[in-house]
Amino acid sequence: MPRLVSHPDEVKIVTRRFGLGADNIDRYVELGGYESAKKCLAQGPDWIINEMKASNLRGRGGAGFPAGLKWSFVPKQSAKPKYVLVNGDESEPGTCKDHLIFLHDPHAVIEGTIIAGLAVGAKLGFIYLRGEYRYLLKIMEKAVADAYVKGFLGKNIFGSDVEFQIITQTGAGAYEVGEESALMESLEGKRGVPRIRPPFPAVVGVYGGPTIINNAETIATVPHVIEMGAAAYAEVGSPRNGGTRLFCISGHVERPGVYELPMGYNLKKMIYEVAGGIRGGRGLKAVVPGGSSTPVLLPEEIDIGMDFDQVSKAGSMLGSGGVVVIDDQTCIVEFALRTISFYQHESCGWCIPCREGTDWLKKSLMRFHAGFGEAKDIDNIQYLAENMLGRTFCPLGDAAAMPMLGFVKKFRKEFEEHLNGKPCRFAKHGSGVLTVV
Amino acid sequence: MSDETMTLFSPRLAARLDALVEKYPVRRSALVPMLLYAQDEVGYLSDAVINEVALRIGITELEVRNVATYYSMLRFKPAGKYNVQVCTNISCMLRGGFEIYERFQEELGIGHKSVTGDGLFSLEEVECIGACCWAPAIQVNYEFHDDLTPELVPGILDAYRLKAKQPSNGSLPLGSNAKTEGTDTHA
Repeated sequence: MPRLVSHPDEVKIVTRRFGLGADNIDRYVELGGYESAKKCLAQGPDWIINEMKASNLRGRGGAGFPAGLKWSFVPKQSAKPKYVLVNGDESEPGTCKDHLIFLHDPHAVIEGTIIAGLAVGAKLGFIYLRGEYRYLLKIMEKAVADAYVKGFLGKNIFGSDVEFQIITQTGAGAYEVGEESALMESLEGKRGVPRIRPPFPAVVGVYGGPTIINNAETIATVPHVIEMGAAAYAEVGSPRNGGTRLFCISGHVERPGVYELPMGYNLKKMIYEVAGGIRGGRGLKAVVPGGSSTPVLLPEEIDIGMDFDQVSKAGSMLGSGGVVVIDDQTCIVEFALRTISFYQHESCGWCIPCREGTDWLKKSLMRFHAGFGEAKDIDNIQYLAENMLGRTFCPLGDAAAMPMLGFVKKFRKEFEEHLNGKPCRFAKHGSGVLTVV
Repeated sequence: MSDETMTLFSPRLAARLDALVEKYPVRRSALVPMLLYAQDEVGYLSDAVINEVALRIGITELEVRNVATYYSMLRFKPAGKYNVQVCTNISCMLRGGFEIYERFQEELGIGHKSVTGDGLFSLEEVECIGACCWAPAIQVNYEFHDDLTPELVPGILDAYRLKAKQPSNGSLPLGSNAKTEGTDTHA
């Protein structure tokens, strides 16, 4: 079982039922579960959307788009059925929060999906989990089956005349499918290649019907927003960033783990106090603040509040909440190489700037890290990455290019040290040749 | 459904797949899960599996292959009975993912996407498996093993060797795990 951690600074809202056996539906109900869905059923769509807007809950998948606003884009009248699609394809390196949500609180995901359905008038929701999460899919499937037995799902939910059904779905290994339009393609039994937008999913989504797509953490947060009240939830976070966030602190810290902290919590404090500081008393070299797609921060840049706006102001992104901490004994070129190898592997190949860009970046960095780099390669890496930005149909191209720019710009000296066949000071893995294909 | 179903899939899987296509508003949504579930039992997506899945969904074999080749968990040749997937992505790398991977290579004497001579194990270096805070982590089939050190590697392999010898597993074809109790639960 993944280890659960705790720290006094945590504000346990989304994680409050973790470790309490809430995967059992009776236990979930005993802990206040499904009351929010009942309340929403009584209050109606406009009330729900207003609450969601007032909560300042922003998308936890990475983009940080306000959830209430997204829901309000779904047309009230639609010739085609509307859908809710929960994105549990969690695959951004450094991110493992949905893992814990599915494990400890599957009914929160179901309840949030019901509420989203009520808000937009959808009768069917899909909960999509990445293929690797088979044991979690089983937990979700059991939870859904239990909710049907209780009458919380079905033709007449909670004894009303409202219908809401949920279907669970598994992926089969693909980072790109975490992108919302590729996710819909995968759900429809196709290759996970993104769709051109507009139209956006809220208008033309799954099977051509208007679709709400939210990250699993966003959806699991919804019942808590309703339970606490939007104002009280928004109060927990920072301005325009409501509530808490499940920060996944990994890498070279003493106490890695998923910590639920208020939006805007100081990053430096998060690393040095919450996660216990750098492992083995070493120094800090860099922090990737929001999953592997987000540009790296230097030690002098981490005295910032972790919310979408403040991290953006610092030149990076809050992203998926995956805080990856890198100590001073790590080769940043190797770290960059491992990062780009991932994007090269995961690029769907549709857009040329992403397909070719990730491949050439990987080749350049492999050669560079192996000690065969040339001075012009450093500029070339930057040139390649800059020419990928904004030139692809989905954000994967940007996700690959942005961190590369960060590494090259902020660690140019370390790149230069690799020149002229000098062995890397931190070389651990030979030439850095990766076998991932 | 073709006549071959009787021999290709167990009755349990066949029934599961029958139910799967009925689950969605559009039949084709069953494709990706169907491929994965079929692979879980047969071990890989053989020509016969592709053919059967195409018939069940009502699309061509080419369309099935077009989709199947996209997903990294789907494979077209047999893996070992226990497929060891070692994550070396950033969070795991920082905490020794490559050292874990190297130790598995040494212990098994095989490399990336290779199978041991006895068919018991295969090895894969994989991308992030969503266990970053419990790194380094691996999956053996669907089972997670977290917080690893290279020293733990021989013990993990021995546990699977022992599991393979249990009578209930004796008659399973190589590459099969769907019928093995507990293989897709969390360690």
